[in-house]
Amino acid sequence: MANNIELLDEILAKYQGKKGSLIPLLQETQNTLGYLSRETMAYIAEKMHLPAAEIFGVATFYSMFRLKPQGKHLIRVCKGTACHVSDADSIKKAVLDTLQLSEEKNTTADMQFTVMEVACLGCCSLSPVIMIDGRTYGKLTPAAIPAILKQYATEDTL
Amino acid sequence: MNNISVKVGLASCGVAAGAKEVYNALEQYLKEKNKPVTLKKTACIGMCFEEPIVQFEGSELGSIHIGKANPETITQILEDYIAGKAPAENVILAEKTSGKHNALLANQQRIVLRNCGIIDPECIEDYEARDGYKALQKALSMDSNAIIEEIKKSGLRGRGGAGFPTGLKWQFCASENADKKYVICNADEGDPGAFMDRSTLEGDPHSVIEGMIIGAYAIGANEGYIYCRAEYPMALEHLKTAISAAEEKGYLGKNILGSSFSFDLHIKEGAGAFVCGEETALMQSIEGKRGMPTLRPPYPAVKGLWGKPTNINNVETWANIPWIIMHGAQEFRKYGTEKSPGTKVFALAGKIAGSGLIEVPMGITLKDIIYNVGGGMKTSNPFKAVQMGGPSGGCIPAEKLDTIVDYDSITATGAIMGSGGMVVMDTGTCMVDVARFFLNFTQNESCGKCTFCRIGTKRMLEILTRITEGKGELQDLENLEELAVNIIKGSLCGLGQTAPNPVLTTLRYFKDEYLAHIVDKHCPAGVCNALITYKINPEKCIGCTLCARKCPVSCISGQVKQVHTIDQSKCTKCGTCFQVCKFDAVTKE
Repeated sequence: MANNIELLDEILAKYQGKKGSLIPLLQETQNTLGYLSRETMAYIAEKMHLPAAEIFGVATFYSMFRLKPQGKHLIRVCKGTACHVSDADSIKKAVLDTLQLSEEKNTTADMQFTVMEVACLGCCSLSPVIMIDGRTYGKLTPAAIPAILKQYATEDTL
Repeated sequence: MNNISVKVGLASCGVAAGAKEVYNALEQYLKEKNKPVTLKKTACIGMCFEEPIVQFEGSELGSIHIGKANPETITQILEDYIAGKAPAENVILAEKTSGKHNALLANQQRIVLRNCGIIDPECIEDYEARDGYKALQKALSMDSNAIIEEIKKSGLRGRGGAGFPTGLKWQFCASENADKKYVICNADEGDPGAFMDRSTLEGDPHSVIEGMIIGAYAIGANEGYIYCRAEYPMALEHLKTAISAAEEKGYLGKNILGSSFSFDLHIKEGAGAFVCGEETALMQSIEGKRGMPTLRPPYPAVKGLWGKPTNINNVETWANIPWIIMHGAQEFRKYGTEKSPGTKVFALAGKIAGSGLIEVPMGITLKDIIYNVGGGMKTSNPFKAVQMGGPSGGCIPAEKLDTIVDYDSITATGAIMGSGGMVVMDTGTCMVDVARFFLNFTQNESCGKCTFCRIGTKRMLEILTRITEGKGELQDLENLEELAVNIIKGSLCGLGQTAPNPVLTTLRYFKDEYLAHIVDKHCPAGVCNALITYKINPEKCIGCTLCARKCPVSCISGQVKQVHTIDQSKCTKCGTCFQVCKFDAVTKE
């Protein structure tokens, strides 16, 4: 936490006194620190003169905020309508199977990958789709998944 | 050989299909050969099913679009084009000859998408060259009331889904006396299956910005926000570039174009909550709070963002504004119907051949959209239904395909126009599963404020899940309808009020499918796992052993070159055998 406090103070200084800045502040904090820990939220609450419950309330309301550490690469499996009718479930299963993860355990032990579902990535014409970090992969089949994941994996992951 | 230019479509859909590699190959080639050819970037022309798309222009061959371009062959095609030799590969659009999709584009009318796939969205000069920001100049010379009158006369209705008259909305906000007013662009496109706003923002961000400046001037607002989903990184990037370019050119900021009008525009990134597409929740979110809807009235026009009068329109509505100001309300009314003038952008997806983005005049029939603009079905499986309006909408069956597209006719079917997502389904789609899919979505996204929405959707989802698992009872159907009526009545915002629509429309048009699940314990589409059986057809099985080797629970037995069988008591219905069989010998019943 000690190193983080300096980073946090820098971010806080940017938003202090600006109206409606809580969400961008939390977004930037998460981008810098990887996730929002209890300590981080308590620290922000103190500095922003807000109840910690309010910060926690906002952080848990929006699906983008993570309260646990996440892997280096974020895999978003699209569960939109077009992907659903193109059997997105089998894609998700292939991702989880390849990384030996499950619905409950969504981050690999080497902290290389975190898998999450998203409502829609808006690339419906390429369904089924997943997004790894900023890159979209479309027209997928379960068989194509291992090769895609391999590009991001370390020796320990697969 | 003069002024030959090559454009590569680099919107999200193009990039996902490999357009960057194509662009790099062309760039590398032009550098090495030192050819006098301009290489440009553009966004999405709408034909996502043909991505990556490359356009060649400037030789006597006229403009030619190549679909499914790949980095290996694209440079040869360019060389041929320079030499005046028409490419033989996948020509999808051609100015002088017949491209294979010329007709699909000819049936469209592009107002909102007027620049998409044509200009470089990150280059403000490209936008200016196509009359960009001229509507703003015109508007600034007009009286603000005259602008509102023109928008009212155009009959433009809010393209976010509800279809409220835009001019009237502006008038409400304009007539409020306040020291401060806001305009907001709702770009929180959350309906799964919809990507109109993403493409518009990626392909032509200035048209939205220009619309907002004109609206702000008419209403008397001097600050605005674009609330955009964080799931759209490219749209956000293009917006940021566009806003700084507009500021530099004096279209945004203090004393716009030398007038006394000043306007600042900010971007707010969403954080992943579907309910924030609802206007009161969206404003809560901009204020940095949990995005929970609030009671209306007071309407945002009276008491909106930070308690000040606020006007919210969606991306497509804003993008229409500059065109209407430039060409006039009369011209706009030439398209569409009396009560729904203009055009509508739709995102076609699912089991349709031409998935992508289209813009058609209102009043066109659904059948025309699917078969003449969308190119018909993707496979030989026949059409079953089209889903419109996402989780708030419904499924329209084949017998209603003659319905015309306008706000009132679509509503009469039980679906809604919505923001423009159209997911086409074929006989391989189970309608009970689709209803369950949407209820799962709304139940997840319900903010929890209203009891009926929070708990009612959960109960509906449980019932639907039970039916898809073969544990449904006839009483469930009555319970679903009763719950639906009460959720509609007992919810504060649009999310809850429309959440039962996918269930109600499927019950209305596909009741036999519900009955098949409940009474016969059979899923006619072969989707619901608990109700299907995988079998091996002895006449087709050649005994290749592939399925037996791939089966994760080893429940398939049989000798090499002999017919295999599945042990039903062990089968987990994962479908692996069905997928891997090369002889179509595994069947799903």
